Amino acid sequence: MDAILIQILNGLDKGGAYALIALGLTLVFGTLGVVNFAHGALFMLGAFVSVTVQNILTISKKVKDESITFFDAYKETPYLEIWWGDTGTMIIDYAVPISIFVAIPVMLLIGLAMERGLIRFFYKRGDADQILVTFGLAIVIQEIVKANYGANPIPTPAPEIVAGSAPVGSWLGLGADLVYPWWRLIYLFFAITIISTVFAFLHYTTFGMVVRAGMHDRETVGLLGINIERRFTIVFGLAAVVAGLAGTMYTPILPPDYHMGMDFLVLSFVVVVVGGMGSLAGAVAAGFLLGILQSFASMNEVKSVLPAIDQIIIYLVAVIVLLVRPKGLMGKD
Amino acid sequence: MEAINPSSGRKDNLTMIAFTVVVLTAPLWGKLIGADYPDLLQRFAIFGLFAIGFNLLFGLTGYLSFGHAAFLGIGSYTAAWSFKLLSMNPIPAVIFALLLSGLFAAVIGYVSLKRTGIYFAILTLAFAQMSYNLAYSVLTPITNGETGLRVLRDDPRIIDTALGVEIQGPLLGSFFGIEMTGYSGFYFCAVMLIAGFYVALRVFRSPFGMKLAAIKSNQTRMEYTGYNPKPYLLAIFIISGMYAGLAGALMVIVDPLAGAERMQWTVSGEVVLMTILGGVGTLVGPLLGAAIIKYFENIFSAINESVLLATFDFLPEGLQEFMVTIVHPFVGGGWHLTLGILFMSVIIFMPGGIMEGIRHLTDWIRRRKE
Repeated sequence: MDAILIQILNGLDKGGAYALIALGLTLVFGTLGVVNFAHGALFMLGAFVSVTVQNILTISKKVKDESITFFDAYKETPYLEIWWGDTGTMIIDYAVPISIFVAIPVMLLIGLAMERGLIRFFYKRGDADQILVTFGLAIVIQEIVKANYGANPIPTPAPEIVAGSAPVGSWLGLGADLVYPWWRLIYLFFAITIISTVFAFLHYTTFGMVVRAGMHDRETVGLLGINIERRFTIVFGLAAVVAGLAGTMYTPILPPDYHMGMDFLVLSFVVVVVGGMGSLAGAVAAGFLLGILQSFASMNEVKSVLPAIDQIIIYLVAVIVLLVRPKGLMGKD
Repeated sequence: MEAINPSSGRKDNLTMIAFTVVVLTAPLWGKLIGADYPDLLQRFAIFGLFAIGFNLLFGLTGYLSFGHAAFLGIGSYTAAWSFKLLSMNPIPAVIFALLLSGLFAAVIGYVSLKRTGIYFAILTLAFAQMSYNLAYSVLTPITNGETGLRVLRDDPRIIDTALGVEIQGPLLGSFFGIEMTGYSGFYFCAVMLIAGFYVALRVFRSPFGMKLAAIKSNQTRMEYTGYNPKPYLLAIFIISGMYAGLAGALMVIVDPLAGAERMQWTVSGEVVLMTILGGVGTLVGPLLGAAIIKYFENIFSAINESVLLATFDFLPEGLQEFMVTIVHPFVGGGWHLTLGILFMSVIIFMPGGIMEGIRHLTDWIRRRKE
């Protein structure tokens, strides 16, 4: 029982990341009809927003180390600590949550710039061209990040207070040895919050209603005198924010490097296809489902029966789903 | 897309002769551009084959496969095993690589071709990633995982032992006594490339090629005329996969080592880049794209800061540093950035690739003459 619960939890936080990326991919595909291979790069950029925020917060100067009296020793001390003492240290500790507030405007701008500057010229071109140009863009973004931040993963720890594990077991009365890292739990709730926000936005606002109508029948909405293009541009920005936030918050779980976007993108595409291209609920459901499946497949008991199943389970599921239900789990015909 | 005209037989013969001459004299003209060493020329030929094969599928039918790296890897492993079990002769290695990659292409193609467009791209990608992950993990006894599959001195090599062929010196592919290294290695690849080009030319000009082009332009209409597109698609997918397998085998023949990284999806991406850059759907384009990418990769990744400083030495000091700072991110390790930008520009401004550019240029010159 414990083992099963922990695997579900393990799957949920990774599934949360898949779901968030897949949600953005689906939003863009559903509205603009564009297959965005650069979406993983947006996830990665979000992660590097928190790296940048951390770097800025820890801008340091050399200060004489008073604790060493034998000789003149210097250590790097962040300005924030010099100015504000313990408050400064705390701010640095909270670098990742703070980055969220930076990531929202930054990712929105990047998303809008991407759509206006590049993607919009490809609405009338074929699938293949869209895939290829965004693939090229992904390479470019990735290489720029690599040139600026290096090729190695950069650790961006979560705040001290949530560094440990949550006693999930004792909450549920299942024994104290069932624990789960706080941050992953936070990530899960964060993912659920973002997803609900996006859905609420689409379902309970006029803007969302217009967007949904546009997804359904773009032409008619246009004929009603609504500038659907502009709304779709904003949707692209929104998708970029969702992907970026998914990346920002993921950094304590996985130290970001320049190719993390591509790694997640390939899987997220599979998630989108399994969920049903263009179905938002399908993308979210498939994200969590595949995350959990992957986590179960990596159990030793499973691996001893089916070796290496954890490596291929997602792809295997995708192949089966595409063959049995070609439109995906929740796709409409 | 080049005009498909079955009656242009004589022109094709000329093309073939010209192509053969150009390929076989590569060491000579390579000198002009500083590419006259076999290692680079081999890469031209191998990746050229890979791109020609990819283009047969994507260029003719419009089906974008993101999983061709899988066949490259399968070809490599098969050739390595042929070296280990049968003989250091490249002929069986090539034959078995073709057969096995064809077989895998048949299976993967059969499943993937049930879908079109983006779904097809993702299915092939899924299969390639699956192969890559398997090669890295559970198939380690066959693929030797991360270390890569090597040819060892105490491998059985049944045919070689039966014929009493002794391998002296380093373990290299040996074509009836000719070691597959240096220029002999290049010429082996060159012959394969010429053969591959010939087959591609025949496919382009055949009724079969016509039907593939029909699939690209309008599949529904083709069905209405009474043709079922599926067998043709599967056939070209298999052929295309076999080209990739052959390219993989050649990699092992000139350097007996096969690693799983050849199956990574970035490799599939690379062949897409080559094909697009050169010109999708043209005969020579993909080959040109492959050669250009490999050539500039070689030159650009070798440039470092001191080379740059020397290049801009003629400028005044401040300007020299400025130029170095500007150019530096695009060379050396930043070669992929240049490639990405180049690729994007091609897609945006010249979807037909270099071949389209050449055509525009010749048209323009012709108009000027009139």
